[in-house]
Amino acid sequence: MRVLKAYARSPAALIGSAILLALLVMGLGASWFYPNDPLGLAGRPLQWPGANPRFPLGTDPSGRDIAAQLFHGARISLLIGFVATSIAVVIGIAIGAVAGFYGGAIDTALMRLTEAFQTVPNFLLLLVLVAVFGSTLQTVTIAIGVVSWPPVARLTRAEFLSLRTREFVQACRIQGLGDVHLILREVLPNALPPVIVYASVVMAVAILLESALAFLQLSDPNVPSWGNLIGLGRSVLRTEWYVSAIPGFAILLTILGVSLVGQGLNDALNPRLAGGR
Amino acid sequence: MRVLRLALWRLAASLPTLLLILAGMFLLLQLAPGDTVDALMAQMGGGDAALAEDLRRFYGLDVGIAAQLWNYLMRLATLDLGFSAIYGKPVATVILERLPPTILLMAASLSFAFFFGLVLGVIAARRVNKWPDTLISTLGLIFYATPSFWFGLMAIVLFSVYLQWLPAGGFGDITQSYTGIAAVLDIAQHLVLPTFTLGLIFLAIYLRIMRASMLEVLSLDFVRTARAKGLSETRVVTKHVLRNAMLPMVTLIGLQAGTMLGGSVVVESVFALPGLGRLAYESVVQRDLNTLLGIVFVSALLVITINFLVDILYARLDPRIVSGS
Repeated sequence: MRVLKAYARSPAALIGSAILLALLVMGLGASWFYPNDPLGLAGRPLQWPGANPRFPLGTDPSGRDIAAQLFHGARISLLIGFVATSIAVVIGIAIGAVAGFYGGAIDTALMRLTEAFQTVPNFLLLLVLVAVFGSTLQTVTIAIGVVSWPPVARLTRAEFLSLRTREFVQACRIQGLGDVHLILREVLPNALPPVIVYASVVMAVAILLESALAFLQLSDPNVPSWGNLIGLGRSVLRTEWYVSAIPGFAILLTILGVSLVGQGLNDALNPRLAGGR
Repeated sequence: MRVLRLALWRLAASLPTLLLILAGMFLLLQLAPGDTVDALMAQMGGGDAALAEDLRRFYGLDVGIAAQLWNYLMRLATLDLGFSAIYGKPVATVILERLPPTILLMAASLSFAFFFGLVLGVIAARRVNKWPDTLISTLGLIFYATPSFWFGLMAIVLFSVYLQWLPAGGFGDITQSYTGIAAVLDIAQHLVLPTFTLGLIFLAIYLRIMRASMLEVLSLDFVRTARAKGLSETRVVTKHVLRNAMLPMVTLIGLQAGTMLGGSVVVESVFALPGLGRLAYESVVQRDLNTLLGIVFVSALLVITINFLVDILYARLDPRIVSGS
């Protein structure tokens, strides 16, 4: 309750939530607003925004409605962002929790693995995964999750390292509770707040990674993605720059919304850090 | 000397990581449909099974995967990255040709982001919760949210198409053959937009970290002592606070070296720079897995080298690191 109140008081959180809510409505209502296939031919290509009342945001080089692609793209971006973030957070928490809780050789081995993943540039690893497994919506989403977990693992591990020696954990240990219970029921709930805040960063990065991949035309070409549209707009950039400008602005707003919500969560969950500075 | 020994120790500790990466990548690429020979045969316009058999033997693909991995690692030890069937050159040569633009771009972007992140972070922290702070923090949020490739495209529209101040892409004017100073200026001019594009998100991150760490250090006791000695506020900041507040930023350089290298893939494709990132993109499109593996290896080496340099820099800034261990 206190957290919720603190969250509602933060202007950053309110603006961020409003943006994300609007995107959610766009994404969920996409089929209702624009029931036709957003990748289907809609009219004469390259009509400027406002030139034709049927296409308030204009049409792209293939004559597809940009507004329709924007709405359907919101669904794809949010979906990929949410699923990829969940994958990254689950892998990260699992590895970080085990490494931090047990320490020793297990910790060393798991941290070597984490380091290996962090040493390879994540976008490069993403390219390799796409090259090997192909670029359907599923593989791209999973690949983004797989390259994004190392910071989550490091954060979880640090929390576990400081929590595992606390008295409440020792008390539970003396009661004879098993490791699984200790990790999941005792330590994890206390380690979770910073991880949840960090999940907003992971989500922002995930959406950016997908749009960059789609921009390079290496993501799924059969789904209406904002990055895809920006990439298509490149060929007409010199004259019809709005084709690239509009979806890019949508990505900017989305990342802004996610970051603001993250900031609001951070302020609400760490009240000592807010206000004072 | 102790600084160097410490950094070298860290460098040696990253060798197992490198080995893990190479083995992992090699096994991962085994899962890819088709091998070098398939790509080569497709380029030649096909051939019979006997030719494929010969080629596989020639490229060492006729033995088991474990043996192939061992051979690959042995060849890597002598810096032999294999042969690129697509470019018709050794992979090491292809990569070496593409390395300078990427390193130049990364160095320029890092300097840009570090310098302005530092300055803006300090200004924001000095005027905390006043309008300069609000303005800088808001700008930071927006920069952070801007997709780099989109910013690059919009910069091309504004600065190359409408204002015609800067070139839209490439690593130099190919219609002219400049030498000496003129060539340097020409390359610099081509790197202005890519540098801003790649550096923007790091500028946002650095200014946020710098602001937070300035505020943290400003509240410490030794700052109060410095102020009590009667030092001017500027002197307190430049002589006492800055060095301490910079430490988290320096750490971040090492942590984000990989992210920056990944970002250069996109930025180099936007501005048609003949760098490592663009090579990575091309080898994905052309399914040149040998080259891709080589790029991953060289990128990992680059990230490890940057972290080595960051370790030395960090120890110079914070002598406690050396004396403490």
